[in-house]
Amino acid sequence: MVGHTLDHVRQAKWDEPLIFELHRPGIVGHLFPGAEASIVSEVGPLDSLIPPEMRRSSPPALPEVSEPRIVRHFTRLSQMNFSVTSGTYPLGSCTMKYNPAVDEFCAALPGFAMLHPLQDPATTQGALELMWELEQWLAEITGMDAVTLQPAAGAHGEWTGVMMVRAYHEHVTGESGQRDEILIPDSAHGTNPASAAMAGYKVVVIPSSEEGLVDLDALKSVAGPHTAGLMLTNPNTIGVFEKDIKEVAGVVHDAGGLLYYDGANLNAIMGVVRPGDMGFDLVHINLHKTMSTPHGGGGPGAGPVGVKEGLAEFLPVPRVTRRDDGTFDLDYDHPKSIGKVKSFYGNFGVLVRAYAYIYALGGPGLKRTSELAVLNANYVAHHVSRIPGLSLPFSKDVPRMHECVISASGLKEETGVTAMDIAKRLLDFGVHAPTVYFPLIVDEALMIEPTESETREELDYLIGVLQEISREAHEQPDVVRGAPYYAAIRRLDEYRAAHPKTLTLSWRAYRRQQERAEGQD
Amino acid sequence: MEFRHPYLPLTRADEQEMLEAIGLQHIDDLFSNIPHEFRLNRDLDICPPHTEHEVSKRVQELASKNVPMADGRAFIGAGVGIHYIPAVVTSLANRSEFVTAYTSYQPEVSQGMLQTLFEYQSLLAEILAIDVVNSSLYDMATAVGEAARMCARVVRRRSRFLVPGTMNPEHRAVLETYCRPAGMTVEAIEYDRKTGLMSISDLEGRLGEDVAGVYVENPSYLGFIESQVDEISRLAHEAGALLVAGVDILSLGLLRPPGEYGADIVVAEGQGLGSPPSFGGPLLGVFGCRMERRLVYQLPGRLVGMTRTVKEPYERGFVLTLSPREQHIRREKATSNICSNQALSAVTAAIYLSLLGPSGLQTVSEAIAYKSAYAARRLDSLAGVRAPAIGNAIWKEFVVTFTDGITVESVHQGLLERGLHGGKALHEEFPWLGESMLLSVTEVHSKEQIDRMAAAVGEIVGAGGD
Ligand SMILES: Cc1ncc(COP(=O)(O)O)c(C=O)c1O
Repeated sequence: MVGHTLDHVRQAKWDEPLIFELHRPGIVGHLFPGAEASIVSEVGPLDSLIPPEMRRSSPPALPEVSEPRIVRHFTRLSQMNFSVTSGTYPLGSCTMKYNPAVDEFCAALPGFAMLHPLQDPATTQGALELMWELEQWLAEITGMDAVTLQPAAGAHGEWTGVMMVRAYHEHVTGESGQRDEILIPDSAHGTNPASAAMAGYKVVVIPSSEEGLVDLDALKSVAGPHTAGLMLTNPNTIGVFEKDIKEVAGVVHDAGGLLYYDGANLNAIMGVVRPGDMGFDLVHINLHKTMSTPHGGGGPGAGPVGVKEGLAEFLPVPRVTRRDDGTFDLDYDHPKSIGKVKSFYGNFGVLVRAYAYIYALGGPGLKRTSELAVLNANYVAHHVSRIPGLSLPFSKDVPRMHECVISASGLKEETGVTAMDIAKRLLDFGVHAPTVYFPLIVDEALMIEPTESETREELDYLIGVLQEISREAHEQPDVVRGAPYYAAIRRLDEYRAAHPKTLTLSWRAYRRQQERAEGQD
Repeated sequence: MEFRHPYLPLTRADEQEMLEAIGLQHIDDLFSNIPHEFRLNRDLDICPPHTEHEVSKRVQELASKNVPMADGRAFIGAGVGIHYIPAVVTSLANRSEFVTAYTSYQPEVSQGMLQTLFEYQSLLAEILAIDVVNSSLYDMATAVGEAARMCARVVRRRSRFLVPGTMNPEHRAVLETYCRPAGMTVEAIEYDRKTGLMSISDLEGRLGEDVAGVYVENPSYLGFIESQVDEISRLAHEAGALLVAGVDILSLGLLRPPGEYGADIVVAEGQGLGSPPSFGGPLLGVFGCRMERRLVYQLPGRLVGMTRTVKEPYERGFVLTLSPREQHIRREKATSNICSNQALSAVTAAIYLSLLGPSGLQTVSEAIAYKSAYAARRLDSLAGVRAPAIGNAIWKEFVVTFTDGITVESVHQGLLERGLHGGKALHEEFPWLGESMLLSVTEVHSKEQIDRMAAAVGEIVGAGGD
């Protein structure tokens, strides 16, 4: 059966030069609209329009490449890029689910794409209605009272949230001077501490318990008059639900702090349980994870933030409002708002896709999505943790949620093959690697998040490949350590890439290096 | 009836077998660890499931309630540019291999994205005349915010950031939000109300040992060209501060690139490079710096570097690099919290810039210079209208002031009635400018459209604004 045999999968490989190396002087790639001759003769010459001391003296050294060659260039490059549409992409914490084609169609509609953000609201009612309705849905899904769609990504949402925690202590408790700490578990994603620091906070790290959960005693020992809040994802980054969430919330609230929910793992719990009901005060949602907007090779995403009623006055401006007559508007009049975190209203094109996705699945579909995402993760966890050398650390007998974190430390001891080697070898079988070496509390971590998009056959294939890699590791470890062999390129020298002597961040810098090298000859 | 959905490819039989395989009976057993008191136990109150046909109908219904005017009918910019997007750009940037990939954490299977981003960095580096451009921040507003914070990390124990008094207020608002928690203050430098140019004496007066950076916009938010960049650069550097330049990429076929006047950090809005306005997002934060260790190691955001295979035969390849600056390694000590950025918008820009080439850049730069100057002249010839009301030399945007009792609101409404859209009203941001709007004219506006707009303004103004 196709997809079941463990064949190697060869990725496309083109020896495609850099666009600069395709330069042919005199070639034109596209004819851009110029100024009409009558305009030029009426206002010209340019010397009268632009101060001479501000004129560019020579044109930039951009390549001149023909339209057909450019089409081939980027088509070939795209073929050397693994994506959700190419195969299973179980990258933990990233929720690489299928991105519906219709969502792309929706975002590209001229009624949205060709809308300028500063157009009169009378001409943007549909866009505002879409945003308003999406806010309502996200509030319902997370159990919050008000939502902003402005943040551009998860980390941006975190920072926006922590800025609101700050505003809360400035305006409500009046203790912002004293409350200068944000508590963060050691299993948290790196953006959590980075966001807290960017919002001006000291980060206090809470160790995980033996079960891989927030250590309640450790939490109690640090929560107090300095605590501004706690950032937590639930299910946490090992994929386990923090069952003591009530106690955790109690400790933080009793200490006078707020609870922030990192929504990166929301795909596990839609329609099952809501952050707002578990005691969280603020939450961000990664629409590019849970709501299936494509990740674009690193963005654009969107990180809407939901808050409880008492924090709504601090949300970024403008807010979308619905007037009594059913029309929509933008409201800037919120004096206690943290201000603006981004130009305009957020990554609107991403919001359109998320709207279409939620509209397609509806309440029942979202719940079913979470159920199947969790089923798939547990199925994989069950089988993979039985592979020689691999194990499921922490809370072994507790179900995983949307992802599982497998440790390859056994395999490393037995064979010298590391989590990174396994990741690279997976590529040879046409499967993307899981997230590796995160969370930090698991040695040789392989964080696997299959999502609900994978069929049973694809899950069995993934499990089968991991079994095969374990066998290889025991029998021919060098084969695994040398992987990948079937990707567009073999392992790359990251040390060289970062070394000050060889660091090359642009063609311009590269050219200069070459000139210098030639000068030395 | 059984719930089935095309996004959910698991049958009930699969479900049952998989549950059995892991020793469970019911799918609810998977959620046994969630305390019952918190369980929702009701359906989400959102909407029922819909077919794709229904989805597209509903979304098209919403789209049809908008009047998309970024096709030459709107003369508005103020941070989002209306530019022509070649068909090739959209068709290539929409390739699902780019669209549905994650950040290139496995470089061996992500060379397409990594090489494209390296080309993005490189193409912009040529235009900006600066060596390092990162693989994107969220937008220009957040890029200015990150730039200010980067200045304070590079030149330590300095907490003031000086900006032009004419700075884009949208960017200024975001900058303030970024600076406040870092204990930084943002100060506006005075400017000449006729030319818009920065007051050099006010700049000199403000510069001191606690100034981390000086920001200069060119062309400015109000459209005029800041011609004193060399002087500003010299003064900032003599005071030990960094120079941050905010530019419009498409102006750089004509205007001097910021690398030539000593900018340490460069920011720009990259949306105009192939992405539609899309109601203000996604945008693209262009962010670059000079190749100097103290700068590069403090840079926020992803960088793609050129390298080669570990083993022979050596082959060229690309990887994410200098990641010890970033949150996943440095956590609270990272240069920024940014993780996901605007990579696909950067891919779009790379394709756009490849098509543009040196001659396209010159064509567009000049077209905008000519057409905006032409539009300003047409408007200025009307009684009761002054354009440009501030500045001598303008590029793309310019201030139009209405006198003789004409209000911006009446011009705005009058244009809307005629199927056109005027510029951004300035009375809140720059009250002293009176009844003024910021107009934007680009290469997409034909002479005919400009004439029509000017004639419409003439009619409205001639009728006393009614
Ligand atoms: C747990 C967690 N939190 C936060 C983030 C940050 O999200 P983004 O990349 O959208 O900024 C991620 C994504 O990488 C994540 O996995």
